[in-house]
Amino acid sequence: MGEVEQISEFGKILIFLITGFVLVGFTFFLSKLIAPNNPTPEKLTSYECGEEPEGNSWMQFNPKFYVIALIFLLFDVEMVFIFPWATVFGNHDIIKAEPLWGWFSLAEMFIFIGILILGLVYVWVKGDLDWIKAKPIIPTVDTNIPQSLYDKVNQQQAAYKVKAFTLETVFENKTPATATSTETTNPAPAMRFKPSFKKPANE
Amino acid sequence: MSNETINPGGDVIVTKLDDLLNWARLSSLWPLSFGIACCAIEMMGSMASTYDLDRLGVFPRPSARQADVIIIAGTVTFKMAERIKRLYEQMPEPKYVISMGSCSNCGGPYWQHGYHVVKGVDRVIPVDIYVQGCPPRPEALIGGILELQKKITGESI
Repeated sequence: MGEVEQISEFGKILIFLITGFVLVGFTFFLSKLIAPNNPTPEKLTSYECGEEPEGNSWMQFNPKFYVIALIFLLFDVEMVFIFPWATVFGNHDIIKAEPLWGWFSLAEMFIFIGILILGLVYVWVKGDLDWIKAKPIIPTVDTNIPQSLYDKVNQQQAAYKVKAFTLETVFENKTPATATSTETTNPAPAMRFKPSFKKPANE
Repeated sequence: MSNETINPGGDVIVTKLDDLLNWARLSSLWPLSFGIACCAIEMMGSMASTYDLDRLGVFPRPSARQADVIIIAGTVTFKMAERIKRLYEQMPEPKYVISMGSCSNCGGPYWQHGYHVVKGVDRVIPVDIYVQGCPPRPEALIGGILELQKKITGESI
């Protein structure tokens, strides 16, 4: 290629850009031309899974979240620095060249984390990690039930003992029960409920 | 589709705009992911791998703005009828309705004494295709979608 190029590399990019804009614009124009357009007030309201949209979409957030996000960012950035550090920390080639490298980089990282922990301590001391705690109002009711009744129930429950499980006792309990049932054979209980089906007369 | 002529010698396809649009519409019938009752289970089954409605271009959409079809799959109560009406109104044109199962066709088992059931979803929104069954098998729903595709073929701008 001895001749001078007519279009530079940037020129080619420009052609691509123009082609892209023209194609996308043409598609939009075509869809505008062909697509049925029938806006109704109901169609233009916000989609809330078929429910009537209600209220304002501007919600209020607790400003405490801001501080928490900030602290999160602090330790997130710490992670970002620790990961590349971990890849070069145990590098054998560097340790071969400089024996003190491992100790040096470890101390450096401890200093870095120490500074960040200082920030965490500051936030902690300032009380920014204390979440607003709910203060539930425990209702008091005037009742005539004496406290001794509850105590009695509690005492009964405290005295509960698990019955020892043995096969013999079960056997002993069972034998008289079967004996009595064989002696007095009860007649089959008469059917008390008879289902009756009513035919719909004029339905 | 039917009117397009393929030139055997060259690679030129000539078609009418109507046919092109109809072909585009029937090949990508995107239903609203909207199930009401037990028919919805069958609808999910027909969209899953066994029956694979995706091969017909049927792919459920989460928003009414992107949907072409609303498949009424289940018992339409009066409480739900309002929502169905609103969802239908919020879908962009062209929009189609498939009424799936006896409940949405005519009220189903609640046709007489169900105080809370709409006796046919076609009393609320216009229905294109009725799929019979209680609930219809996935094959029936696929048949309904094929019928809707046939119906779209005959449309004109």
